[in-house]
Amino acid sequence: MKIHEYQAKEIFVKAGIPVSNEGVATTPEEADRIAEKIGLPVVIKAQVHVGGRGKAGGVKIAKTRDEVREIASQILGMDIKGLKVKKVLVGEVVDIEKEIYLGVVTDRDSNRPVIMVSSEGGIDIEEVAKKTPEKIHRLQVDPAYGLLTHQAMKLAFSLFDDIKIVSATASILRKLYIAYVDSDASLAEINPFVLTKNGELYALDAKIVLDDNGLFRHPDLEKLRELTPEEEIEQEAKEKGLSYISLNGNIGCIVNGAGLAMTTMDVINHFGGVPANFLDVGGSSDPQKVKDALHFILLDKQVKSIWLNIFGGITRCDDIATGLVEAVSELKINLPIVVRLIGTNEEKGKRILDESRLDIYSVETMEEGAKVAIKVAGGGE
Amino acid sequence: MGILISRDSRVLVQGITGRDGSFHTKSMKEYGTNIVAGVTPGRGGNKVDDIPVFNTVSEAVEKTGADVSVIFVPSGFASDAIYEAADSNISVIVAITEGIPVLDMVSIMRFIEGKDCRLIGPNCPGLITPAECKVGILPSAIFKKGNIGVVSRSGTLTYEIVSHITRAGFGQSTALGIGGDPVIGTRFVDLLELFRNDPETEAVVLIGEIGGSDEETAADYIKETDYPLPVFSFIAGKTAPEGKRMGHAGAIISGGSGTASGKIEALEDAGVRIAEIPSDIGKFLKEEFDGA
Repeated sequence: MKIHEYQAKEIFVKAGIPVSNEGVATTPEEADRIAEKIGLPVVIKAQVHVGGRGKAGGVKIAKTRDEVREIASQILGMDIKGLKVKKVLVGEVVDIEKEIYLGVVTDRDSNRPVIMVSSEGGIDIEEVAKKTPEKIHRLQVDPAYGLLTHQAMKLAFSLFDDIKIVSATASILRKLYIAYVDSDASLAEINPFVLTKNGELYALDAKIVLDDNGLFRHPDLEKLRELTPEEEIEQEAKEKGLSYISLNGNIGCIVNGAGLAMTTMDVINHFGGVPANFLDVGGSSDPQKVKDALHFILLDKQVKSIWLNIFGGITRCDDIATGLVEAVSELKINLPIVVRLIGTNEEKGKRILDESRLDIYSVETMEEGAKVAIKVAGGGE
Repeated sequence: MGILISRDSRVLVQGITGRDGSFHTKSMKEYGTNIVAGVTPGRGGNKVDDIPVFNTVSEAVEKTGADVSVIFVPSGFASDAIYEAADSNISVIVAITEGIPVLDMVSIMRFIEGKDCRLIGPNCPGLITPAECKVGILPSAIFKKGNIGVVSRSGTLTYEIVSHITRAGFGQSTALGIGGDPVIGTRFVDLLELFRNDPETEAVVLIGEIGGSDEETAADYIKETDYPLPVFSFIAGKTAPEGKRMGHAGAIISGGSGTASGKIEALEDAGVRIAEIPSDIGKFLKEEFDGA
């Protein structure tokens, strides 16, 4: 789960990481009041869940009170990569001596948290990794002991010479690691981390990505969830135990298992069709889930045919069939439905469908299912 | 034979009294798996399907000699269940549970380092050595004893491809799902190594998906070690959009890495034949072994 810069900074402040003077505003008037408190000039930054906001015009400096209101009203309501800006961060402008990158990320290859630091701060770390990989210093952390002082010092010595600044940076690195662990993050990043001309150190920007699996033990962080209209539907589906992602095609898919659901999309594409969605009903066997799944498919008005591709394991075919029969009569579905049921209780499931006299296309294989679903949707070869 | 489990395995079920645990215990037992014990704290002394239930894993191991454990414990308690199994000299731990926090897995991997213990999963369907032993939730009917090793990051997609293998007239030495999470106990390379040393395995089918770089690492291993067995592969998620998590926590394309095309390219470069659609795997095996 992504959270905003200002929310990540709240986590950093609690962890003892210094953050420059700033406040969050939802209106130009609020922005003005914050600027008055902080003192001019200020930097005004869009709070959105995408990168590249600077290039999109979402970060600007205001030198007068009039400019604060003007820029804030410009950025608020701005559309950045399809996302509406609803909040801005108003912060003091600091005199930067040096910009640094500090980050902690879970490395799936080594199964360890990895600390990364670079003297090339303020730009995308992926860019640095491509152009000047030698400027990134990495360290694998042993989760049993955490980031040790001498390890943090060694990393900090790659960034600064002055021992006071090195020690302070090492201490901040250790706090960053603790914040990452304590919030069950998969990424915690300060970019840029700055040394000011006055010799002060600040986290000027902040990014934290939280592990969804860990959120159950952080109800306070769960509350920070903010969704786009598209994500709201996905979240609603998730609460019903479904994994749903809307796509651009016209074939609505209902599949059990994420790998099979992705493959179903791939096979539709292979035969010249376009899937309307990714939908995994998960591993349990509940007729209600089929009904819920059909509900989400029907919200998408582009859908011209529906394809249920079920390989029963934990999921039982008879439960799927029962759910389908009930849903078709309740939801009054007029779209052609293609069904492939195989695996656990396959015979029972097929019998339920036969007896219901539902007008469906029954297929035996995935390839056949894709071809029929494309044909009845009126597309493809 | 096959790898990791056999008819000699003595299997323990952690969370045996739960809904999924009891259902699949029955199914495993029907398949012929030698289930010797169950564990649910507070339910020691009871029996499930004639299987004795203990309060702790160490007691179950001491009394029954269990050496394989399968975990059905809910996500909030599953991490400790894995620690407990590793602490009690279990040699193969199979974690079916979905939703374990990634940093818990990081610590667990550290904990089992240096222990004589292998973790499969979490968030996986388990494994089967057909006609001998099933540990997990895989549907028994589609498997057949044979010489194809199958390893997959997915669950139902594994069943789909296994059914093509079986329909083409081939059986499996061992088939397993390693799980769809970012941090997992056993990876493709570990299993390629095990299959290489298994006299019964004559070919490997590797089922990958978008996200991470496990397929690329496997490709490097196959190339560098001059892997002696033919390897066939299918990669799911060719048409998945970037930045969206496709069900599995590990299945996400980010910043252009973890794409299906990158994985396919790496595997092809290592001499692995790639299936366009799942049924191709059956055809490839026929061509390889029957000259069809």
